[in-house]
Amino acid sequence: MTFELRELYQEVILDHGRAPRNFGKPDRVSHEAHGNNPLCGDKVTIYLQVDDGVVKDIGFEGQGCAISTASTSMMTEVLKGKTLDEAHTLFHRFHALVTGCDESTDGEDDPNLDCEALERLSVLSGVREFPMRVKCATLCWHTMEAAVKGHGEPVTSE
Amino acid sequence: MIAAAALADRPMVNTCPAFDADAARRDFPILATPVVHGRAFLDSAASAQKPIQVIDAVRRCYEAEYANIHRGVYELSALATRNYDAAREKVRAFINAKEASEVVFVRGGTEGVNLVASTYGEKFVGWRDEIIISHLEHHSNIVPWQLLAERKGATIRVIPINDAGELILEEYEKLLGPRTKVVAVTHASNALGTIVPVKEITAMAHEHGAAVLVDGCQAAPHMPIDVQEMDCDFYVFSGHKVYGPSGIGALYGKKALLEDMPPWQGGGDMIDSVTFEKTTYAPPPAKFEAGTPHISGATGLAAALDYVSSHGLDRIAAHEKNLLAEATERLRQFNGIRIFGEARQKAAILSFLIDDIHPHDVGTIADQMGVAVRAGHHCAQPVMQRYDIPGTVRASFGLYNTSGDIDLLVNSVRKAKEIFG
Repeated sequence: MTFELRELYQEVILDHGRAPRNFGKPDRVSHEAHGNNPLCGDKVTIYLQVDDGVVKDIGFEGQGCAISTASTSMMTEVLKGKTLDEAHTLFHRFHALVTGCDESTDGEDDPNLDCEALERLSVLSGVREFPMRVKCATLCWHTMEAAVKGHGEPVTSE
Repeated sequence: MIAAAALADRPMVNTCPAFDADAARRDFPILATPVVHGRAFLDSAASAQKPIQVIDAVRRCYEAEYANIHRGVYELSALATRNYDAAREKVRAFINAKEASEVVFVRGGTEGVNLVASTYGEKFVGWRDEIIISHLEHHSNIVPWQLLAERKGATIRVIPINDAGELILEEYEKLLGPRTKVVAVTHASNALGTIVPVKEITAMAHEHGAAVLVDGCQAAPHMPIDVQEMDCDFYVFSGHKVYGPSGIGALYGKKALLEDMPPWQGGGDMIDSVTFEKTTYAPPPAKFEAGTPHISGATGLAAALDYVSSHGLDRIAAHEKNLLAEATERLRQFNGIRIFGEARQKAAILSFLIDDIHPHDVGTIADQMGVAVRAGHHCAQPVMQRYDIPGTVRASFGLYNTSGDIDLLVNSVRKAKEIFG
């Protein structure tokens, strides 16, 4: 097996893909959005309960590949308890991580950056070697952003 | 199974020597490039690779025989025009149309369907009329009809399929009626491989006075086509799937229908005379070919049709049938394999899932293992909905594929099972 393939399908990703955390709709939902990747047919709905600018609860429904499911599962884990500002910062850092545009170190001092959370998400960075699969990893984050911003329109990864 | 399908439509005796795929592979320069060499290209149903004969024809067109057609009085334009007309004649012979004027050059199958929906459909489909399509259709044979139905207040009816992926003709019969104006069906399913009994479907539609369009995109590369025998009213196929250039394809229409249809796009070449008060239109096929066409594409398509004809579609079909049977048999050895599309008559398309591994994950693993397969819904989402799956992994075979390619496919499946074990 190639090194890239091993990097992509690490055990922790396979585990989240098989047994996603926070799957399902939470009891209380203040924000939600649908995401859709029209090329591959992946679909996700992100639910958030935000109180006083803090993500109190988060869950998701949908179907997708192992990368997409694992990324969504891991996102919900790291976002629980974060402020919306922290979530927004993580979204940008994660995006840079998986697209390979992670050159800038601006924001290292960003008070909103949770370095430990980013470290946990970095297990998905192997996807950068697979340009066709980057959207699988980022769809949930775009959808979460849309939910928070309250866009009524479904998100597509196109 | 492809040969069987061809046999079902017309008697055929195959006395030719077996097809030599290894020799044919040498005609395809891309198979020797570093990106492809040693790897298996199993995505010809999406688009086929091009033999040197096609590449040379396109090159020759631009190097030595290029000018606009139907324009100049000079020799070079006359030469280009002769080549373009000769290409039309090649298409006529390939599908056995009665006259070359029944062949309209289009960008591909999609444009062909849109053209018919926007002209024939515009004129002959009205409020509360019905358009019948099948559950097997590619989006390109669904959406143009939906757009028409929305414009006209018409209704789309869908022929269901059984678990094997075959159309249920008894249900089709029930859908037919006085309001049926168009029946649009695929000749071979791109997602499942099912070969559809288009001759029978056409005969049934004609009893109700409906016109029939057959989407031949997946059939043209794999089996002999005879539109007169089929008696369909329209037939479309794409050049790029039959080893020709992309951006060129053909629409066949019965002469009387093409004459009766309003023009589609307006522009040069499709007119008889133009004044600001009144424009009269050229007869078909020019009526439907506004503007400068894909001149080199037509030349390349003609070379592609020559190429497959020189091998013999019967022999190509027999070769691909063997590949499909071998691949099916070998994949069935794995636990947890589900094959979608088990029609009695199938084109060389093998759609499958392994355990509950998502097709995109299999696609990425296969790519890393040296196999190009398509993963996803194959622009046929209703088919996926029918089986309640997000998509499939699809291996499709062309004339240049060999058992060695199947070895790599089998290795990929083994690797996917290992990773996700």
